[in-house]
Amino acid sequence: MSTPAPTRSPAASPAPTPPGPVAQAAQSVMSARMPTLAVTALLVITLAASIVLQPDFFSAYSLSASFATILPVATIAAAQTIIVLGGGIDLSIGTIVTLASAVSVVLMDGDNSRLPLALAAGLATGAACGLVNGLVVAGLRLQPIVATFATSSVFGGLALLVLPQPGGTASPVLTQGFGMVLAIYIPVPAVLLLALWLAWRLLRRHRFGQYLYAVGGNADAAYTSAVPVSAVRVFSYVAGGTVAALAGIALLADSGAGDPTLGTELTLGSIAALVIGGTRLRGGSGGVGGALVGAIVLSLIQGLVFFAGVPTDAREFVYGCIIIVAIALAGLLTSRNGTRRTAAARGKAGTA
Amino acid sequence: MSVSTAEPGAPEQPPAPTRPPLLHRLVRDPVVISGSVAVLLWGVAALVSPSFADWNQLVTLMTVASFLGVISIGQTLVIIAGGEGIDLSVGATATLSAIVASRFMDGTNDGFLGAVLLALGACCVVGVVNAVGVLAFRVPPLVMTLGMIAVVTGFIRLYTGGRPEGSAAPLLRTLVAGDTVAGIPGVLWLWLGLSVLVVWLLRRSPFGWRLYAVGANRTTAYLSGVNTAAVKFSAYVLSSLFAGVGGLLLLGYSQNVYTSLGTDYMLNSVAAAVIGGTALIGGVGGYLGTVIGAILLTVLDSLLRIMQIGGGEWGDAPRQIIYGLVLVTVLTAYGRQKRLRQ
Repeated sequence: MSTPAPTRSPAASPAPTPPGPVAQAAQSVMSARMPTLAVTALLVITLAASIVLQPDFFSAYSLSASFATILPVATIAAAQTIIVLGGGIDLSIGTIVTLASAVSVVLMDGDNSRLPLALAAGLATGAACGLVNGLVVAGLRLQPIVATFATSSVFGGLALLVLPQPGGTASPVLTQGFGMVLAIYIPVPAVLLLALWLAWRLLRRHRFGQYLYAVGGNADAAYTSAVPVSAVRVFSYVAGGTVAALAGIALLADSGAGDPTLGTELTLGSIAALVIGGTRLRGGSGGVGGALVGAIVLSLIQGLVFFAGVPTDAREFVYGCIIIVAIALAGLLTSRNGTRRTAAARGKAGTA
Repeated sequence: MSVSTAEPGAPEQPPAPTRPPLLHRLVRDPVVISGSVAVLLWGVAALVSPSFADWNQLVTLMTVASFLGVISIGQTLVIIAGGEGIDLSVGATATLSAIVASRFMDGTNDGFLGAVLLALGACCVVGVVNAVGVLAFRVPPLVMTLGMIAVVTGFIRLYTGGRPEGSAAPLLRTLVAGDTVAGIPGVLWLWLGLSVLVVWLLRRSPFGWRLYAVGANRTTAYLSGVNTAAVKFSAYVLSSLFAGVGGLLLLGYSQNVYTSLGTDYMLNSVAAAVIGGTALIGGVGGYLGTVIGAILLTVLDSLLRIMQIGGGEWGDAPRQIIYGLVLVTVLTAYGRQKRLRQ
């Protein structure tokens, strides 16, 4: 279980940035702390409720099953967060996930010896889709929401071409490895989730990780500070696409088959998870850690609605209402949206 | 958007109000560009299949476009109101309105007015919740309206038990598909009327001026005495209301309801507005462009259908791919943001 560490200032290390971005970064840290606390509180509440309602929540089987469903959702949320932090948004991310998993499942076709090739092809597909998005958004300078809506149509169509119907067989090694439980209590997906978080910490320490925050926070200031803004934007989409491909493979390993029609649902879930995790939709503030916890909270809530004995027809409605409330709470805490306030007012909002 | 119709001569020096030449302005005008693209696509379609140029075909085409056009009215208002305004819940709201109305109409004209009012009332509730979330809880509009999709679809599931009942009243059917005035069905007259109303509202009424003011710069609008919250609130409620009207028209066209009736309109309404030159940053654009955008998207879709791209062994896939590619191409023609280096 990964709880997010308190966010550190992206400009804390001696990067050659002028005082403007530094002050902004400091402010974003001030605002990032409250959401981090809030999402941790949400996690504790949902966990406690799950333990009460599901007596065998901590059994090896149940843990393994929960993490197996959480991992794909969390990975997509992580991918979306990388893109949103850089100031973009990717409505095509769900179709990238399905396209990458379709390519992998068709190539592996239930054969263990073709697994490496299939995985490499899946990742390459995700990176290529990300590159297309990045070039369209940063190169052609289209507005990310409509541009990625257009590319989602393309990727979704390609996924249908590759795999016209849900089906295909994942290689047995992949599905068995995914379902394993290490050292009695630690399922493989949990280890992968931790690995994902560590990889993010590594990226964040890297120059590009800091550039990501700089570009998302204020592209003009970043530009005048000699940050390669376009390159960073393209990079964020490529990285996001690659991570989305990982999510596709995780989905494949979990279900054992590909499904070309999941697209939109996954995209919407990823945005909800990152907002609950305290990432600002305008970019430049937040982090993958929060998004991972947000995704865990979302899955737990879904399980809770199921185990609380809500009638089948009402489940979706109850789930939707809980999500709206969670989002509204996150919105109150992340706040600082709407009007451009003066520095003083902003400081007040940050400490409140 | 470096050039727009809403701020003519803005980059010019005040003492020398020489606007760029008319031709130059026309070439850069989103409405003109997308209008030409729409006519071009329509011409290609007519060449591929001569029956496409028939009056009846044209009327059908415009009828299909009118649903998207009406749903996009509210989307345009919300986007113009700025603050990253966007309403992704229009598709779900349209479905909700159609489902509520069909249950209360149940194929008769008896409860027509009541059903329509009830359906639109339900949509207004969605709009109010959206507005409260965005304004009071400061949730980004994209996220708030996204979350509302889950709530509204969940409510539809709860309300119908997964099996929508009832059907459209004959009156509604007549409006959309039946009798014509001067060879044009009622729904197109309705769309025309709404278009004139909305264009007037945006260009000539105080509400429209306030909407642009709030969208362009909320702080200046506030300091100039505009009640920014009220303007935004009405934009969101109107958005859900027009989505509901669109849902009713869809109900009249398809006569029966299903739970994914309005899903496709969610992002297509945004695309129609943006193609028509309404910028997502707010404060720029207008409804005339959105009308053209809605027609363009509908013509494109029909063109791909009559060329029989898709269907057969490839299924829907090639049509989706080409649709996306054309969308990117059209957007590239003018929907571009400023360069950083300026």
